[in-house]
Amino acid sequence: MADFNAGDAVPELRVTPDKYLPHRYAGASGDFNPIHIDDEFAKMVGLPRNILHGLYSMGLVAKANAALAGGDPRALKKLSVQFRGMGMPEQEIVVSGTVKSVDGDRVVIDTVASQGETQIIKNAEAELEL
Amino acid sequence: MPIKTDAVGKEWPAVTYQVGREKIKEYAAALGLDNPVHFDVGAAREAGFRDVVAPPMFAVVYSGPALGPVLFDPEVEMNFAAMVHGGQVFEWGEPVCSGDEISTTPKCLSIEEKGGKGFYVFETVSVNQDGAEVVRGTWTNIVRGV
Repeated sequence: MADFNAGDAVPELRVTPDKYLPHRYAGASGDFNPIHIDDEFAKMVGLPRNILHGLYSMGLVAKANAALAGGDPRALKKLSVQFRGMGMPEQEIVVSGTVKSVDGDRVVIDTVASQGETQIIKNAEAELEL
Repeated sequence: MPIKTDAVGKEWPAVTYQVGREKIKEYAAALGLDNPVHFDVGAAREAGFRDVVAPPMFAVVYSGPALGPVLFDPEVEMNFAAMVHGGQVFEWGEPVCSGDEISTTPKCLSIEEKGGKGFYVFETVSVNQDGAEVVRGTWTNIVRGV
């Protein structure tokens, strides 16, 4: 197991969701809100285009943190996020994190998810048991 | 008009969800996960799980539906057209595996107005067929211009 020390950066996760990812995520999650899957509807309500599900982006934050435990689904004990800017399909998402604290086998990681200059998830805090 | 707060403290009936292998696979694939414990029952059992195990964020699949009736409750009276998902917390307990039956009970924790926006906070508590807590979710919805 890797050593974690407060202040260390953790490995980044980079993902570019393709044009149809929101449709697959809608099917997988059951959230068919048209702002995610209907470009015309999204524009009609004032959005630049159909946008990613916030919970998909949170899923990537969970994935990046679980990866620190080799992808073990038991490692992630708590994840708290705030949704901010809108996530767009076909643009790279970068999930990056910093170790906030280490207490025995409990590690807390501060995480953000960004697309270019836009933070789509901020103040994310993941508690891992490693 | 002041924001309606009648629903604060209200609990709604539990909603149950039957977890299946193919749904876990579909969800894990949408997130691009590659750990075989989410796809292959042999790999999952080898890693100590009863069956194919759900990734943590699969919580939205089994606990989210419990909030449907809550958001449409006239006592909550939320303006959907102006609603955004502001924040989310999940705290996980026992892992969720295919074959589990998960029961989720929603509750309204708070409704507050801050700076012309309505903050609606709901909690969902999900337990498995043995009564063990699998996840506790806190869902914050923000309504602009209340």
